[in-house]
Amino acid sequence: MSNERIVGIDLGTTNSLVAYMEGDRPVVIPGEDGLNLVPSVVALDGNGQIVVGSAARKFLIETADHTVYSVKRLMGRGVEDVRDELKLFPFRLAEDLAAGEVLRIKLGDKTFTPPEISAFILRQLKRNAERYFAAPVTQAVITVPAYFNDAQRQATKDAGRIAGLEVLRLVNEPTAAALAYGLDKKETATVAVYDLGGGTFDISILKLHEGIFEVIATNGDTHLGGDDIDNLLITIALSDIEGDLGVDIRRNTEIVQGIRKAVIEAKIALSSNEKTVLNVELPGGKRYQREITRAQFEQLIQPVIDRTIGPVRQAMKDAGLKATQIDEAVLVGGSTRIPRVRQLVEELFERKPHSDLNPDEVVALGAAVQANILAGGSEATKEMLLLDVTPLSLGIEALGGVVAKIIHRNSTIPASATEHFTTGVEGQTNVAIHVLQGERELAKDCRSLARFDLRGIPPMPAGLPRIEVKFLIDANGILHVSARELRSGKEAEIEVQPSYGLTDEQVENMILESFDKAEEDFRQRQVIEARNEAETMLTALEKGRKNVAWEQLSSQERTNVGKLETALRAVMQEEDYQSIRSAIDALNQGTMRLAELMMDSAVGAALKGQNMDTADVGEGPESPHPIASAEIER
Amino acid sequence: MAQTEQKKRGPSDSGILVVTQTKPPTANCWSCGAMRAAHFCQQCGKVQPPAPVDYFSFFGLPYKLNLEPDKLEREFYALSRHLHPDINAVSSDREQQWSLEQSSQLNDAYRTLKDPITRTEYLLRLQGVQLEEQSKAATEEARRTGKVKKQVVPPDLLEQVFELNMQLEEARMNKKMGEPDRNLERELQDTKKQLQAKYDGMMAELHAAWNEWDTLVERTGQGDTVLEDDRLAVRDKMVDVLNRRSYLRNLLRDIDEVLESQ
Repeated sequence: MSNERIVGIDLGTTNSLVAYMEGDRPVVIPGEDGLNLVPSVVALDGNGQIVVGSAARKFLIETADHTVYSVKRLMGRGVEDVRDELKLFPFRLAEDLAAGEVLRIKLGDKTFTPPEISAFILRQLKRNAERYFAAPVTQAVITVPAYFNDAQRQATKDAGRIAGLEVLRLVNEPTAAALAYGLDKKETATVAVYDLGGGTFDISILKLHEGIFEVIATNGDTHLGGDDIDNLLITIALSDIEGDLGVDIRRNTEIVQGIRKAVIEAKIALSSNEKTVLNVELPGGKRYQREITRAQFEQLIQPVIDRTIGPVRQAMKDAGLKATQIDEAVLVGGSTRIPRVRQLVEELFERKPHSDLNPDEVVALGAAVQANILAGGSEATKEMLLLDVTPLSLGIEALGGVVAKIIHRNSTIPASATEHFTTGVEGQTNVAIHVLQGERELAKDCRSLARFDLRGIPPMPAGLPRIEVKFLIDANGILHVSARELRSGKEAEIEVQPSYGLTDEQVENMILESFDKAEEDFRQRQVIEARNEAETMLTALEKGRKNVAWEQLSSQERTNVGKLETALRAVMQEEDYQSIRSAIDALNQGTMRLAELMMDSAVGAALKGQNMDTADVGEGPESPHPIASAEIER
Repeated sequence: MAQTEQKKRGPSDSGILVVTQTKPPTANCWSCGAMRAAHFCQQCGKVQPPAPVDYFSFFGLPYKLNLEPDKLEREFYALSRHLHPDINAVSSDREQQWSLEQSSQLNDAYRTLKDPITRTEYLLRLQGVQLEEQSKAATEEARRTGKVKKQVVPPDLLEQVFELNMQLEEARMNKKMGEPDRNLERELQDTKKQLQAKYDGMMAELHAAWNEWDTLVERTGQGDTVLEDDRLAVRDKMVDVLNRRSYLRNLLRDIDEVLESQ
């Protein structure tokens, strides 16, 4: 066992956090800015560098097309799933996406898959932890919404791998929160965790018994959260402003981002104030202001928060419990700060919900507890064990497009099911199996997970082969499939065609070390370009020395130029493009007077009937400085 | 697999009353060499390679249908503390794989046995019964032929079901039109009560059959010779009750759906 610390990560829609167990308490690790929350925002700055978190946030408004946020909504999803999403979120998808391909999002002129974007956030958290510990961090527990399906979980695991993290476990967010809450509660209790975050909603019912956290039922909606509330307010502001200005501003990402920022501020203010003013600065010095009362706000968001009722009722029904049998209700996620949401939870469970722990941090703290359990436990966690469930039923498509369920929702994981298949045609050597996730009766209404192609079945008469296929959902909620032909005992070869997701090979190629290499490539290109520029500069200086203007410089000026030249020649041999550039700038400054004198003499010569070419003023007509080369196109 | 072995020893009808249970091979612990307990080593606590056993044997239980849920739960928690992948997260790859397989077997077994109906269905399947409606075989058959699984209406319900389906259809129509019919609802409530009573009666029948079965198991355990006919009689009784029960349960669910959404 290594002594390396395993961290717990909450990879959120809006904010992400990293935490670990310090002694017997989980603590959040702050970033360099001293803040616990890392906004889940990724931007490409002017130098083509990836920026994450608070630093990336300012780009949301300045260069919105170089910025991505709420990418969690796109994890493990296909083009056809996100159509509606795209109307409300300024995600810019690559134009050349083929059907069934993993989404790629444009960031400036580059494109990235959602797991890659998430990996940038994870890498930032990894760095924050490494900075804090002054030691490398390579293993993590990452939380996911309980209602995430197989593809969304796999995408999260892939993101970890791309970021250079071994994901020891994916933990469901409400369960993680229960772990954080249950740390010092050893008695038996039934707990409901209501988790309304930035983009997802989960409800989990757990039974706590002597340190065992047994999830009895879970439900949710992976597209329901604070973002939806923001979008309601944005829609109102947009139509108001358009009415005023008489122009369509929906495509103006800068304005929309400005509105989004203002709307979020107003929403937060309304959790503590009875009214607030929605305040948006518009281009041309105009300003949009609108007063919103809490009553108006609550009326507006009621339909959104009512969407949590169905999943809560279903989870209670699945658990076979009535509200009165729930001992405690716990609030998780930033959106549970909204008083109307708290009121709803109180109504649903007929008791005041708990919110002692910071709803933004509790999931990360729980992830740290789970990380500690996985690492072998400590005094605080040695009795603790989490028994979670799969949120969705797993099924196989039968003839006629009907789904035959093989593992039901709310089954404790790991869970498995064995099914037998045979052939329908004489000598058939392949059998295709379509695996789906969901509760509906028909395959077309469920979520396609993958198509498995069983190959290498020994040719036999139809119906004779007996192919045993084992479906196993692991403790991360991810499906594994293996198959065997029983008559021959031969392991069947399985080819998996994931419906939404990256292949192993694709993930391998995306691993950020290779991206780090891309950064290395980028750096080397910069060095080469800087050297080329320096060469050009030095050649021009050679020419300048032969020019009459050189003699007009004072000896001190000439010595100075000589020193700067030596400095540039020395630094050119090194690998640091930034110091080469500063040496170039310094020489550029130092030869400014020489350049002016050369220009004067050239102009003089031109007046005497000579043209610019023969006057030899420098490298190009666009060059403002006869010695400096033209701006290099990058 | 254990079941297939038992089948081989049985008469033409594949089921026999099983008392000789399948036990995991008593190999020594792969890690410390101590005589190992079934799933993990009592000495060093290491998880052992999974053995193919049926769900009853996994918990070391006899093939009886009455069991104490609290005891089963305690056993489930205790085994989880040794077998769960979280406990073995930093072990070798091989141990992690065993832990995954052992704990999925544990969870599958617990899930199947804790519910009395799935427990009965599972035992009947071990007895070689292909339950008409619930059986996987029927599902597979339906899957292969593309037919809808057949629902057999219990004869004593035939008339009532015909009437009820008409009422349900009418209630659904009313709901769609937004014109609820209070009289119809009352009638449905009444039917529900009647059916619920029938359902309770069936469950009592089932309980009686469990007791009969368990007595047979106990007698065999004591060395008594149990007549094949007695065993088949109890078995078929359970199959019959389960089939009627599942039909009735579906009807009750349909009524609930209509009444709830009013």
